[in-house]
Parts: sequence; structure tokens; C-alpha cells
Amino acid sequence: MRASTKFRWAAGFLLVLHVVVIFAGFIAPYDYQSQDRLHPFAPPARVHLVDCSGKLHLHPFVYGLKDSGQGFGSYAADCSQVLPLRFFVRGDEYSLLGIFHSTLHLFGVDAPAQVKVLGSDGFGRDQFSRLLYGGQVSLFAGLLAALLALSGALLVGAISGLYGGVTDDALMRLAEVAVAVPSFYLLLAVRSLLPLRTGPVVAFLLVVCIIGFLSWARPARLVRGVVLSGRERNFVLAARGFGASRSYLLRRHLMPMTFPVLITQMVVLVPQFILAEVLLSFLGLGISEPFPSWGNMLAYAQQYHILVSYGWMLAPGLMLLPVILAYHVLADALQEKLQLTA
Amino acid sequence: MRLLALILLGAAWAQSGTQPDFLLSAAAPGNMGGKLVVSIRSEPRTFNPVTAVDQVSVGIISRTMADLIHINRGSQKTEPALARSWTASKDGTVFTVKLRRGLKFSDGAPFDADDVVFSFKVYLDEKVHSPHRDLLMIGNKPIRVEKLDKFTVRFIFPSSYAPLERLFDTLPMLPRHLLENDYRDGKIADAWGLNTPPDKIAGLGPFRVKEFVPGQRVVLEKNPYYWKADSKGQKLPYLDGITFLIVPNQDAQVVRFEAGDTQIISGLSGDNFAALEPEQQTRHFKLYDAGPGLEYNFLMFNLNDDTGKYPEVARRQKWFRDVRFRQAVSAAIDRTAIVRLVYHGRATPLATHVSPGNKLWFNHAIPAPVHSPDKAKQLLKAAAFSWNSKGALMDSSGEPVEFTILVSSSNQQRMQMATLILEDLKQIGITAHVVSMEGRAAVDRVLNSHEYDSVIMGLASGDVDPTPDNNVWMSNGQTHLWHLGEKTPATPWEAELDRLLEKQLITLSYAERKELYDRFQQIEAEQLPMIYLATPSVLVGAQENLGNFQPAVIEQYTLWNAEELFWHTPGKH
Repeated sequence: MRASTKFRWAAGFLLVLHVVVIFAGFIAPYDYQSQDRLHPFAPPARVHLVDCSGKLHLHPFVYGLKDSGQGFGSYAADCSQVLPLRFFVRGDEYSLLGIFHSTLHLFGVDAPAQVKVLGSDGFGRDQFSRLLYGGQVSLFAGLLAALLALSGALLVGAISGLYGGVTDDALMRLAEVAVAVPSFYLLLAVRSLLPLRTGPVVAFLLVVCIIGFLSWARPARLVRGVVLSGRERNFVLAARGFGASRSYLLRRHLMPMTFPVLITQMVVLVPQFILAEVLLSFLGLGISEPFPSWGNMLAYAQQYHILVSYGWMLAPGLMLLPVILAYHVLADALQEKLQLTA
Repeated sequence: MRLLALILLGAAWAQSGTQPDFLLSAAAPGNMGGKLVVSIRSEPRTFNPVTAVDQVSVGIISRTMADLIHINRGSQKTEPALARSWTASKDGTVFTVKLRRGLKFSDGAPFDADDVVFSFKVYLDEKVHSPHRDLLMIGNKPIRVEKLDKFTVRFIFPSSYAPLERLFDTLPMLPRHLLENDYRDGKIADAWGLNTPPDKIAGLGPFRVKEFVPGQRVVLEKNPYYWKADSKGQKLPYLDGITFLIVPNQDAQVVRFEAGDTQIISGLSGDNFAALEPEQQTRHFKLYDAGPGLEYNFLMFNLNDDTGKYPEVARRQKWFRDVRFRQAVSAAIDRTAIVRLVYHGRATPLATHVSPGNKLWFNHAIPAPVHSPDKAKQLLKAAAFSWNSKGALMDSSGEPVEFTILVSSSNQQRMQMATLILEDLKQIGITAHVVSMEGRAAVDRVLNSHEYDSVIMGLASGDVDPTPDNNVWMSNGQTHLWHLGEKTPATPWEAELDRLLEKQLITLSYAERKELYDRFQQIEAEQLPMIYLATPSVLVGAQENLGNFQPAVIEQYTLWNAEELFWHTPGKH
């Protein structure tokens, strides 16, 4: 595949995914926190066209669940309960971007029955709905935190590399301190300074800021290295000789040199940050129950009994794979493009 | 020279002449030989019974040590151990113990009354800081220990003391010949660390330390001088040794057990129990549900009165202090859902902190808690709460009722309870928020800063007897969690609880004590200083050809009778 095609695929996929999670309220059939206590760990619903007696239906449908009598969390399809899939149904209220309020959902079945296309968790909450809502947190937190960390890195690294001398020393010692700070205790301290309850938006921004703040230092050193070596390149020296100002050098020559490094860093950091959010919620700083994020959904799925019996709980992990892959492809393609233009 | 040899010979003769005073085990006789491997979740911190507090160290040390009088984990009653018999004076203040004769420590040195006196001297010494000291102080006065003759010891209690002989359980008798020098030098707290050569450590338990490999395992071997025998006259223990493998997390422990690397697993969660259940036949192990244990999980509101620093908390406390509010929250909670979804059915809903697993003290007259949002609403209405048009609960000044529930994020089960309670409270119009926090940070808020609205926690009683839990229930107790540091009881019912506890402590008849404690539980169930949720069942598993395996609901769930465990096919292990 040509680089540009790959780029288009990857960018398209990421774009669609981000749009889908933004519209989670509409696409998800249920609220992320509505519990169905009679159906913990319900398996993913199968969509049928042919019913138990072999009759063909034109309208796709799912079966209701009944207890299979084999103990906790085991179900069998209830052939007497045919639930036709309906589109544009009314259900739980949600808000889009905090502005529009609606009860219209893309699909669903007649209440009180529920359709769980990715099964349910231990509280009977719809895994598909949670996956979409969780994506809102994870995808954007990862992306924003990475952008934040890398802007910091670029700023500090570029100044440090360009000016050298005392400035360089001071900034790099600062970066070393930032790397060496025992983040665990720092996070505990941050938590104790905050009020007991942090709303979901505050929690989200907090996650972005904390992760961004804790991880600017390493990429900053990389950027500094690139700028430092770039400063001595012949064409840069030539530009300087012609009287180019520092800011011109930085803009025109040095910053573009750092882009490949930054983009590679970005691709590495985004998935890392999606998972870092788990650690934060463990320390009481992230997104906590009942709000979902891919990180805390995966942390929940780590339990042995879930791993052996309820494979669908790993859906957020499976979602991470194409996301990470797409970011990598994107980075490769971008790098190629930049090299071509350079 | 010849004379000396004769004397030595004579001594040896005399020694073998006095048959050691064996205790006859009531368990079914088994086969000698074989080894047992079990997992522990961390390295022990010490082999020193004087200072050990963490569960892992205590678990290992208990296998190498013995007490005077022991609580049988099966019957929950006391039975003779190193003490052969005992008598108590009528008022329960003087307690005379006759020791078994001819017993030896695991290094072969003889055991007598001097070791007992020495042990108590060490435990009671303030400078040693032994965790056992608190239990030996009755009304702030220490018990006195006197040697009457080589095999008789007298204990004098400062006042009559109801639990009496239960006091001696898991109080290890120390070898004076090995520890006296350390004690005299003030170094006994540092003695018997993990680096001590095993031959310098000795006790009266069925096993002795053989090897410790840091980060990997602790190996115990059979104590050849142990003082129990079975009905066939075989000397216990049956097993040649026990190996404790260090396997840090429970899921990994489950995998090791499943693979047969370890032969006993304890502390299984309901879900892991369910996951292992279908494999019992093919993998030749058996899982046991020993019934409700002594751990109680609860939701507790902050009733401390030093919360002025946190106006948010202080403002909400006027709701929490109203007993009708607490009762309403209790009625709104669906405990059967907790039992079903969190514990997969392997738990029991609680009305008080005393679990039905406590056979001797559970009050059967208290009805099981009923889930009734309607009753909750009635209670709230009676307490002048109301609902707005959206169904949100408002207090009498028109403020919406909203509070946070603190929970330790390392405990999956309590996290899940919080999620369920959140939804339950929504049904009666209360908006609650879960604040999950790293375990130590959460405990710090409860014990020290008092900055929390409510918290989900769990405690485990160490013994079935009410007394060891006094520090939680007495209003001036160190861990009187909902309201710490009360100088005088803050409420009339707390004063009444104090009175009942103090009275039962000096009442000697079980029937009278039970009556007092029944009343205690009744008040607890009405006033709900904690909203009791559920007590998980004790779930364990063992290879099916392990004989005499009898899981108990008191701590040391599985290895409490390690000396009686045996393999039906010893050659294979």
C-alpha cells in the first residue's frame, strides 16, 4: 500500500472513532451506569434472522436471556422471547457535548428487555455503551496529555538546545528533577490537596494535566539533543552567518528537525497515557466509578475469574490494538512526508 | 571420670524413665510422611513471636509455636495444649495451670514453668512493645504470673475477667534458654529475624524452621519433639514438612493451586471459587465453603466532631447524626444484590457486626435486614426530608442530599459494593459519589484527618469472644472508627454500649454474658453506627487426598490443625 493510502486509512479510522465516541450517547443503547442486576456477565447478544423453530424472519432480532441453571453468570437463549432490533428508539436520557439533551438512541429493543451487543459486566451494565463512553475519556485524555507533554518538551528542549550555557544547565537540571520526583508520593499529595469529590470534567482535566506534567522531561531531553546537533549543521551556520535571528533559526530550521522525534514520541506516548489513567484512578485522581474509561474497564477485567470465564470484558483491550496501530501508521506516514518535503 | 560417666548414664536413664506427657489427638489417625506446599502473599517479616503482627509472619510462626490453652478452630471452644489442666478461683481472679511434664522444645531442650514465667515477663514488658501486651492488661493493670513449682504456674488477674482461658490462645511459650540473653540486653525485639540460623530458633509447635530463601519460600520441617500423638500411638505431626511459597497476588495463587504446585489455598474470593469449581473432578482438588466468617464489611458515616476544618463534611453531618437517616440508608441498600453480585452468593447479609459464623455469640432474635426503598422513604419523611420535582432528596433547609463514599481502590469487592450502593441510593433520591483512593490514604482519612463523608470498610474479629474487639466498640477505644477520641460517650446509646461491654467483661457466666451481648447487638442494629453489609464466607480448597482437612472460620483458616493433616498417599508428595 502506498504511504498516502495508509495515511488516509489510519487518519480516517481515528477520525471516525473519535466522532463515534463523541456521539456515544446516541450510538450507545444505554446509559453507562444503568445496572441490570438480574443479568451480570451476560454474554454478547447474537443477532438472529432464523428463530429456534427454523423460521426465517425478515427483521433481525435477538433472544432474551434465561438462567441456564448452571449457577452464577451462565445463561441460555430464551426462545419464547423474540426481541426485534429497533432503530431510533427512545431510552435513557443523555447529553451530547453537554449541550443537547435527548433520549433518542440509534438502536435498541423494546424495554424492559435489553440488547447487549458486547455483553455486560458484573453489574449487568452494557459493555458496548460503556466502551463508547469510556472512549471519550481514554482517547481524548491520551491525546491531549501527549500534546501537552510534547509542547512542554518542545518549549524547554528548544530553548535549552538553542541558548546553551547557563540556561541549558538550569533547564536540564530541572528536567532531571522532574524525572526523579517520586511520582507516587507526589500524586498522593495532589490528591490530599483536592476536595473529596472532583466532578468528571475536573477529573478528566486533572488526568490530562498530571500525565502531561509528569512526562515532559524525557522528550525534552530528546528535543534538546536534536536542536543541539542541528545548531552546528552547515546550513544552520550559514543562515546564522547571513544574520538570521534566533527565532527565525528556530522556526525555519531547528523546529522542523525535531518533528520526527516528536511524532514518534507521540505515537509511543498516547497508548501509554491511556493506560496511565488506570494508575491515576487507582490513586483516586482519575475517573472513578461509575464513570467508565478503557483503563479502569481493563483494570476490572484483570481478575482471574473474568479472564477465564468472560472474555468479552476484554473489549477495551481489543479496541486499543487498532488505535495504537493507527497511530503508528500515521506516524510512519507523517515522517515519510516530512522527510520528502525536507 | 568413671563416676561422671555413671552420673551421666543415670541422668539419661531418669530422662527416658519419665514418659513425656503426650496429648492424645482426637482426629482420625493417618499416614506418616509427605510434604505440603501452600502459598503466602508476601515474605514474612520475622520469625519472632514476640513482635510479629503481620498475618503472614504470624501464620508461619503459629506452626512453630504452641500456647498453654488453645481455642479449637472447629468448635470455637478452648482445649488443653501445653497446659494439662487448670483451675480458676470462684471470682475468676486466680487461675492455676498445671503444665505437661517432660516436654521439649524443637531443639531438644526441656520445657518447664520457668519458660512460662519468662514468656509472660517478655510479653508484659512495656519496653518490648509486644502486640500481645494489650490483651494481658486488664483495666490498665497487668496480670501477675507466679511459678508455684516446676510444672505449676499461677496467674493473678487484677479483676475478674470473663474470657479467662481464651486469653492464652496463640500466646506462644518462648524458650528461655535461647532468648534470655537477648532479653537481658534489651534486644529481644530484634531476635529471630529472617537471617537467624534456623538452629537458633526453637518452639513447641509441630514444625520448626528449616530454611528461608528471600523472595521465594520458607521451609518448615517436622519437630521430632512434638507433644501430640494419635490414637494409634503415632507421634504427630504426620507431615515431614510444610513449604510456604511466596506468591504475591491472589489470582496467581489460584493458578498455582490449579496447577497442583500448592495443595491448599485459602481466602478465595467468591468469583475465584466459582471459576475453580468446575475443575474439581479433573484436577483432583476439593473446594470448601466453611460458611460465614468473622469479617464484616460496612458503610460508615463520619460522626467525628472535630470536622470544623472541613465545612462541607461538617454541613452533611447533621444528616448523618440523625439515626433515621442512617436507618433509611440501611433500608435502601439491597444486600442480597451485594451477596449475589459481589460474592457470587457466597456471603451472608448482616444486621450487626456479629456474623452468624460466630456460633457462640450471634443473636438470632435480630431480624435479617430487609431491602425496602419504601421504608427508607418513610423514615426520611419522618426526619423532615422531602423530594423535589425531579425526585432528588432535599433536607429541611432545601439543600439537596449528596455525599461521597470513600473506598480503597485496592479492594475489588468493596469497590463493587460502592457501585451497587450508589445505584440503590439513587432510588431514594440521594446522589452519592464514589471516591476511590489508594488503601493507606483512605485509612488515613478515616483514622487521622477525618475528611470524609462516609466510607466502606471491613474489619475481621480475631476471636469469637466479644472482648478482643473492645477497642472498636468502647467509646474511648483506639479504633472507635465512626467517632474517634471520645472522652465521654457522645450519645446515650454509646454510653449504654460501654456499660454492657464493661459488664460482660466481669461477668463469668456464659448465659449472663450472652444476654448482655444480645442486648448490645440489638442496640447496634437499631442505632447503626455502621451500616452492616455482608460477611463473606470462608472459602478454601485442598487436594482431595489430604486427610483431616477441616477449614475453620477463625483466622488460620486452613493450617490450624497442621499437625493432624496427612496424605492418604504419602509417597506422592
